[in-house]
Amino acid sequence: MDLTLKVWRQKNVSSQGQFITHPAKNISPDMSFLEMLDVINQELITKGDEPIAFDHDCREGICGMCSLMINGIAHGPEAGTTACQLHMRSFKDGDTITIEPWRARAFPILKDLIVDRSAFERVIQAGGYISVSTGSAPDANSIPVPKKDADFSMDAAACIGCGACVAACPNASAMLFVGAKISHLGVLPQGQVERYERAVTMVQQMDEEGFGNCTNAGECSAVCPKEISLDVIARMNRDLIKASFMQIAGKKVAGKK
Amino acid sequence: MATDTTTRTVTRPVTEFADTRLDSQIPDGPIEGTWDKHRVQMKLVNPANKRKYTIIVVGSGLAGASAAATMAELGYNVKCFFYQDSARRAHSIAAQGGINAAKNYRNDGDSIYRLFYDTVKGGDFRAREANVYRLAQVSLNIIDQCAAQGVPFAREYGGLLDNRSFGGAQVSRTFYARGQTGQQLLIGAYQALSRQVAAGKVQIFPRTEMLDLVLINDRARGIVTRDMVTGKIESHLGDAVVLGTGGYGNVFYLSTNAKGCNATAIWRAHRKGAFFANPCYTQIHPTCIPVSGDHQSKLTLMSESLRNDGRIWVPKKAGDTRDPRNIPEGERDYYLEERYPSFGNLVPRDVASRNAKQVCDDGRGVGSGGLGVYLDFSDAIKRLGEQVIRERYGNLFHMYQKITAENPYEVPMRIYPAVHYTMGGLWVDYNLMSSIPGLFVIGEANFSDHGANRLGASALMQGLADGYFVLPYTIGNYLAQATFDKVSVDHPSFRETEQEVDQRTKRLLAINGKRSVDSFHRELGKLVWDYCGMGRNEQGLQLALERIPALREEFWQNVRVLGDAADLNQELEKAGRVADFLEFAELMTTDALHRAESCGGHFREESQTPEGEAKRDDEHFSYAAAWQFTGVGKKPVLHKEPLEFEYVKPSQRSYK
Repeated sequence: MDLTLKVWRQKNVSSQGQFITHPAKNISPDMSFLEMLDVINQELITKGDEPIAFDHDCREGICGMCSLMINGIAHGPEAGTTACQLHMRSFKDGDTITIEPWRARAFPILKDLIVDRSAFERVIQAGGYISVSTGSAPDANSIPVPKKDADFSMDAAACIGCGACVAACPNASAMLFVGAKISHLGVLPQGQVERYERAVTMVQQMDEEGFGNCTNAGECSAVCPKEISLDVIARMNRDLIKASFMQIAGKKVAGKK
Repeated sequence: MATDTTTRTVTRPVTEFADTRLDSQIPDGPIEGTWDKHRVQMKLVNPANKRKYTIIVVGSGLAGASAAATMAELGYNVKCFFYQDSARRAHSIAAQGGINAAKNYRNDGDSIYRLFYDTVKGGDFRAREANVYRLAQVSLNIIDQCAAQGVPFAREYGGLLDNRSFGGAQVSRTFYARGQTGQQLLIGAYQALSRQVAAGKVQIFPRTEMLDLVLINDRARGIVTRDMVTGKIESHLGDAVVLGTGGYGNVFYLSTNAKGCNATAIWRAHRKGAFFANPCYTQIHPTCIPVSGDHQSKLTLMSESLRNDGRIWVPKKAGDTRDPRNIPEGERDYYLEERYPSFGNLVPRDVASRNAKQVCDDGRGVGSGGLGVYLDFSDAIKRLGEQVIRERYGNLFHMYQKITAENPYEVPMRIYPAVHYTMGGLWVDYNLMSSIPGLFVIGEANFSDHGANRLGASALMQGLADGYFVLPYTIGNYLAQATFDKVSVDHPSFRETEQEVDQRTKRLLAINGKRSVDSFHRELGKLVWDYCGMGRNEQGLQLALERIPALREEFWQNVRVLGDAADLNQELEKAGRVADFLEFAELMTTDALHRAESCGGHFREESQTPEGEAKRDDEHFSYAAAWQFTGVGKKPVLHKEPLEFEYVKPSQRSYK
């Protein structure tokens, strides 16, 4: 099939970007979306034009590196699917496809379709872990976890940190990402000791990075390639409210910007 | 490259090959106590002195992240480098099936010894016994550590950990987190790493690629990197360098590795003197989604746990293109169940892959192009119901359907083998130190534990064993005994290496030829897949050894790399990696040619049993082949570390 691509091209973080139109001819429906971009890039190289820069790595929907806004939808039209697993059979001959990077103040554009997501790193560094040094763990079966809790924890832990939730949110809020981590760890017995402090410090860092607030639009969960539920945000808010009664203040975190 | 493979392969007894430069440092005594004894004998670094040392870790996968976090917990200063934008994206994340540990929670007769035995046998008697025993021992601690970190392992209704049987094991020793075990273990290690970043003990360098190793007075003292956003070339000084940079599977272009996986770090270290061991041992995984066309950029693996319930078959008749559902039972060949009655569909990966190739070579392959076999769940669905199958494999079926647009609940899946893991890697001793003092290599990047074939759910185990429980001890032993010159990154070795890196980059950009980097990579991949893939023979390998240098030469004359060095430039990144693959491929092929036996993933067509199984030649090849670099296109020097088997006596592997 033949398509027309409108692709955001931007030289670097400090320059201005714009949409450039690239024709895409003879595209096979069996190609993945990124393989289609590979083909375009090979043509650009042949013509002597710089190829389109885009983030990608595992190409099997798990590393969270790919980050394309396709026709205004983070990761494109298929539910529960990353851009790398989206296939061209989801489009039809003659379509015009608009491809943009994630757009959020906390995710500056580095080049073309590539953004800087280091804000997520700093949020995790602010408390997204259980403090257990190597060697100090008890036998794994000494702490039983109800299956229901383990399953809920796994649902939240499935987050791949791609940032689609932020890109889709009208407020560029990171609450689905942060709520997922707080829920993954906070529901497990191992994560209880630091549960409320974790919620406070991670949310503090999230605010500091310039992510917006949640206004219950629900776009984040709708585009999430791992279909993480809005429940994690509710859970995060409950933990924050409890923390406020417990008078837990955030701690100063070293090593952040 | 000319090699003297014909002269050195046969005739002499193994012991004659012993090479003093390959001292494995394995302590004497009964194997059960080797690691304990070694831990007592190793020198310690005083807790107050640990902060005076800086350790460079390259790679942030299971091995790199766990090592970096643990060494930082101990008090060392750690600098951790990776090419992705986050440590959490390293390719360990894509491992699906699980992680082995000899916990014997199932009471089904597992033990450290049995895991050790299975791994040595599964590796086709080409791994070191002492290393494997240690791996089995620390497997217990890994599960404890990960559970404490909050890894959401699958659990039973009583709240205790669930296990499954996996990849040819006859006990249920595999722990898992749905189909995302690698992801969850990596997030555990990543969180431990993030905690140390917050504590100021680890400095991370995302989107940064190691382009060379720096030696001062014959010790590894640092690396030269390129910032992939700004293009800045920088030097980093340390007291030891750790490579956890993964395998070299992407030399085949199409593999299940992530697109960015590369061999540059280990290849550059090899060029600086680190011996490269057993590069011909590559693992071809049997359950991958077949290629759909020329545009294919990578292959997708589906967990081999699917083989627990799926039945593998092809039509009995060549060229049978009927809908599989219309092929009657009597006209189907369940070839694995037929040939291997006791293991059936659960034979080890190398055996399953080779058999798939055979039936496809016979013209009985299915799907477009005939490179595929069926993996059929209809019996399991009849027996257990669709719901049970959905619970077990729902995410895998979903992924398959996304990629192929076929519904595996109704139509059998089509699968074909693909390059997945590389058992070879930089040679290391029992302390995980390479032949360069101060250069340590962990995880898939080293050659140590899997011999010629890796068992399922053992890669995660090895990566975490090295990173959490082995390297943090052994690196202290090195640091406590070494004396370090007081130097800075202004040392001439750093400056010279920076210049070399800079010149190489400029050279790649200046060629401005006609062919893209990818076109060279694809051609190289096809070449090694055809001649150094699932089946290898002398004639094919010789041919590959003629063609690889020619392709390399063309690359340096005719590649087109656009853009600037001082900019985010993905083509430039790829070009550097492909340039190194073009050198590495020659070594891999040379090793495959010299090893005139079949073992594990290395199948030499000349060396098979009458039934067509891999036939080892223990008399002549019971050694690890460690190659020394002598120059591009020059004959590498072979060093041999003899392998001795005191506990598991080598036998013909049989899964009949």
